[in-house]
Amino acid sequence: MKVTAAMSVAALALAGCGTSTDKTPAAGGSTTTAASGMKIGMAYDVGGRGDQSFNDAAAAGLDKAKAELGIVPKEATAVNGEPESAREERLLQLIDAGYKSVIAVGFAYAPSVKKVAAANPDVKFALIDSTDATGANIENLTFAENEGSFLVGAAAALKSKTGNIGFIGGVNVDLIKKFEAGYVMGAKTVNPAIKVQVKYLTQPPDFSGFGDPAKGKIAAAGMYQQGADVVYAAAGGSGGGVFQAAAAAGKMAIGVDSDQALTAPADVKSVIITSMIKKVDVATFDFIKAMTEGKFTAGNKVYDLKAGGVGYSTTGGQMDDIKAKLDAYKQQIIDGKIVVPTKP
Amino acid sequence: MKATLDLRRVGLALVAPVLAILVAFVVTSTVLLLAGDPVVEVWTQLLTAPRPRLVVAIINGASVYYLSAIAVAIGFRMNLFNIGVDGQYRIAAFAAAVFAGQGWLPGPLNIIVSLLIAVVVGAAWAGIAGWLKVTRGVSEVISTIMLNAIATGLVSFLLFRVADSTAGSNVTNTKTIPTSSQVPGFALVPGTPNKVYGFVLLAALVGIAYWVILNKTRFGYDLRATGRSETAAVASGVNVKRMVLTAMLLSGAAAGLVGMPLLFGQDYSYGTTFQPGLGFAGIAIALLGRNHPVGIAFGALLWSYLEQQSNGLQITVGVSSELVFIIQGVIVLAVVIAYEVVRRAGLRMEQRKVARQLSDQPGSPTPEGVTV
Repeated sequence: MKVTAAMSVAALALAGCGTSTDKTPAAGGSTTTAASGMKIGMAYDVGGRGDQSFNDAAAAGLDKAKAELGIVPKEATAVNGEPESAREERLLQLIDAGYKSVIAVGFAYAPSVKKVAAANPDVKFALIDSTDATGANIENLTFAENEGSFLVGAAAALKSKTGNIGFIGGVNVDLIKKFEAGYVMGAKTVNPAIKVQVKYLTQPPDFSGFGDPAKGKIAAAGMYQQGADVVYAAAGGSGGGVFQAAAAAGKMAIGVDSDQALTAPADVKSVIITSMIKKVDVATFDFIKAMTEGKFTAGNKVYDLKAGGVGYSTTGGQMDDIKAKLDAYKQQIIDGKIVVPTKP
Repeated sequence: MKATLDLRRVGLALVAPVLAILVAFVVTSTVLLLAGDPVVEVWTQLLTAPRPRLVVAIINGASVYYLSAIAVAIGFRMNLFNIGVDGQYRIAAFAAAVFAGQGWLPGPLNIIVSLLIAVVVGAAWAGIAGWLKVTRGVSEVISTIMLNAIATGLVSFLLFRVADSTAGSNVTNTKTIPTSSQVPGFALVPGTPNKVYGFVLLAALVGIAYWVILNKTRFGYDLRATGRSETAAVASGVNVKRMVLTAMLLSGAAAGLVGMPLLFGQDYSYGTTFQPGLGFAGIAIALLGRNHPVGIAFGALLWSYLEQQSNGLQITVGVSSELVFIIQGVIVLAVVIAYEVVRRAGLRMEQRKVARQLSDQPGSPTPEGVTV
């Protein structure tokens, strides 16, 4: 009796988790009838479709390609704490299933792409955010996150009343340090005396900091308590927790990768004053488009401010009063008058 | 009479895991139904025979899980809950990787000394918790959790100092181990170029050592006795404090070896791609295998099997691979419950049997059969 009760409780609890995560992957494929019909495999990093941030940006590019180019997508997502072999296996299974163009979303795929690409020269890879794996069949899609972060750093300093702002990085790796470097420089350019609190949620090889809202919430709540009134969440899915903390404290937050004032839940939208947009969707779409046209170029393609690969969002209208100033900075970066460092 | 009793025991021992897997099957299917996912396709995918390269990955994954679970089991047998295996293996793997990467010693000697370093570092890290428990009465559950956090901080702090990384790269690693000190794999599985870690043997050796020490030595007897009943152990002259510290050191030493198959057989350095969370998987697998070296081997293989089969779930069925976490979780939960249920059933059966014997033989009231 006790056992059955325990089991049913467990089942109910688990069913709750099940519905939230299991629904997202579309049963892709069979419905598309448009022209191209090209099979595109997509391997997401931890968090996957539905993280309202980095992975979702890539998913948006894929969806657009599906609608406009009629490609047949197949998606798979990394699981936190999985062995390296599982990443390789994911890419291999996509290839086995006939997906000869594979997009690996996130630098964590670099080692597995390196291996799998070398063993499958007929398959074309796009590797987002990393140049650690290169080859004749790999296109590296990277972004000038430091430049975009400069702009939201300037925005944070312009909006801050306390002269105290925060930066929350998902995982302490060079990529996220690029965000920090730009953010801090942007803020100090506006207000040299500003205090920037910096916190990383996890240390590699623990990558849960990109997908753990609870960690983001605690870190942000701490920063708000210590006087910060704007916190920039460069932490993928953990950003959701940062926004909750901002809403609870009645303070401001800055989103990342996607325009999070659009994608976040309604109750926290108002606290997101802007987002550092990283157009992973554009890069993803560009790659797919090139593939459908039979044009593949190996090597590193950098999406910077000049190329429109990064920027800041204005949804919600909270940037309206400072937009002119931000655009002036933007022009200076494009003109090379401001050089944003990549390391803090 | 003894033989029949043993048979029944074996039967009882098998009933529990089978029951647990059935429960996991039913619960997972219910979850799938509730979520509107295809139940039959999911089970077909999970239960189809894995491809050769997956078989290799399953064995490799299991070897690492096995070491982790043995480390946890050593503590369990002593009634110590060493949650700190996670921190212990990471700090030990880091230390061994830094040393091995320097290549100060030639080939195999480098490997042996690195293994010793891993064992010593793992034991020392666990020893802190043991020492705190013995001298200050700090619960090892609390101290090992804290030490996990400290290990994380310490390793990343040191990693950035010794890292051998190139500018703009997100991969932060210790120096790569020289080729002469990398442990070659075995081409055990036909049909794939992938190899099984050479250190699968290390896992097997540790399993054998675990069994021998626990079952064939005075120390093992004391350890099991203390784990079952501390007061009884004290009464028979066991120094419980010394046993706690020794068990903790041994558990940590085994934990130190957890990362070794990965370090010498796959990654060749410690860094951003090193697999995290192995210590926690070890706890679940030790529970699943009931602290028995053979049981743990099956548990580790099952764990690794589910994990490796999960990729196909997304790609061929379109169901999130996190489903495997649900299955793993339910199996552990069900195993713990099923063993308790079966244990009670066994106890009742034994009681009834003894009662029957007693009523059959009114002349001899000493129930000798009970102690078997």
